[in-house]
Amino acid sequence: MASSERFSVLVEVRLRDGIADPQGATIERALPALGLSGVSGVRAGKAFWFDISAADETDALAQATEVADRLLANPVIEESSVTVNPAGAGI
Amino acid sequence: MGARIGVVIFPGTNCEHDSILAVERLGASADLVWHGDTSVAGYDALILPGGFAHGDYLRPGAIARFSPVMDAVGRFAADGGPVVGICNGFQVLCEAGLLPGALQKNRGLRFVCATVVIRVETGDSVLTAGVPVGTELRIPINHFEGNYTCDADTLAELQSEDRVVVRYVDNPNGSVDDIAGVCNRARNVVGLMPHPERASDPLLGSVDGRVLLSALLASAASPVGATPA
Repeated sequence: MASSERFSVLVEVRLRDGIADPQGATIERALPALGLSGVSGVRAGKAFWFDISAADETDALAQATEVADRLLANPVIEESSVTVNPAGAGI
Repeated sequence: MGARIGVVIFPGTNCEHDSILAVERLGASADLVWHGDTSVAGYDALILPGGFAHGDYLRPGAIARFSPVMDAVGRFAADGGPVVGICNGFQVLCEAGLLPGALQKNRGLRFVCATVVIRVETGDSVLTAGVPVGTELRIPINHFEGNYTCDADTLAELQSEDRVVVRYVDNPNGSVDDIAGVCNRARNVVGLMPHPERASDPLLGSVDGRVLLSALLASAASPVGATPA
């Protein structure tokens, strides 16, 4: 019987290129007030952390990708990236 | 006998009673349908009203889409039953894949609460059947995420298939192509950001929403695909 391991997952969700990101733009416009004028390309997004039980890292990545694609991101306007590490290794 | 309307509610829905009152005044009967219900049998049409289903957590409509009732709504729609999503209900229908596209945050990150003018762009949908194209209606909007967007192919398809149901005359939120509401290919599922139920009594400042709700009730009486008598 396949043993199950625990993995730590990070899913980052951001707006697709071409989708207006008024939140990122607003943050960028606020930065000069801090005296920082060299910051550009600010984009706002979301991050999700969770643990997952899976047979191996490939299986964990497949499951986490399904969570990202079917729930955490709306593919019409968002894209996501998934990072998987063995539990305890940090993320 | 008037049409029987199911008004689908999720935790956080808040326009259900307005919707019920508006259609009852037009001669229909209406009941609340709880999001945990697994059947919508017996209804002639469904309304998914506005509000903040599941607190709009993650994205508006993203969690509501997984409610048990949404399978029943999907089957009802697949069978040709009229389904209208208003505001948050529109967002739920998009997340559920019953309508194309998505509603993103308004241009300028501005919550907009105002009465706007929308123009009916097709008379071929359950919400606009019999309404002359070009009819302008004063209807309130009340949303933060009403900025309709979709990819270029989907937009071209909506345009060529005459599936933009209503457009803003003066775009308040940045929606692509001024879109305020769209329908599915079968034309029996419609979503729109404006609230017709809030324009259904002179006390509310406009009765223009009755035009759309009356069309829905008429569609409920003779659904798309029904054999003409």
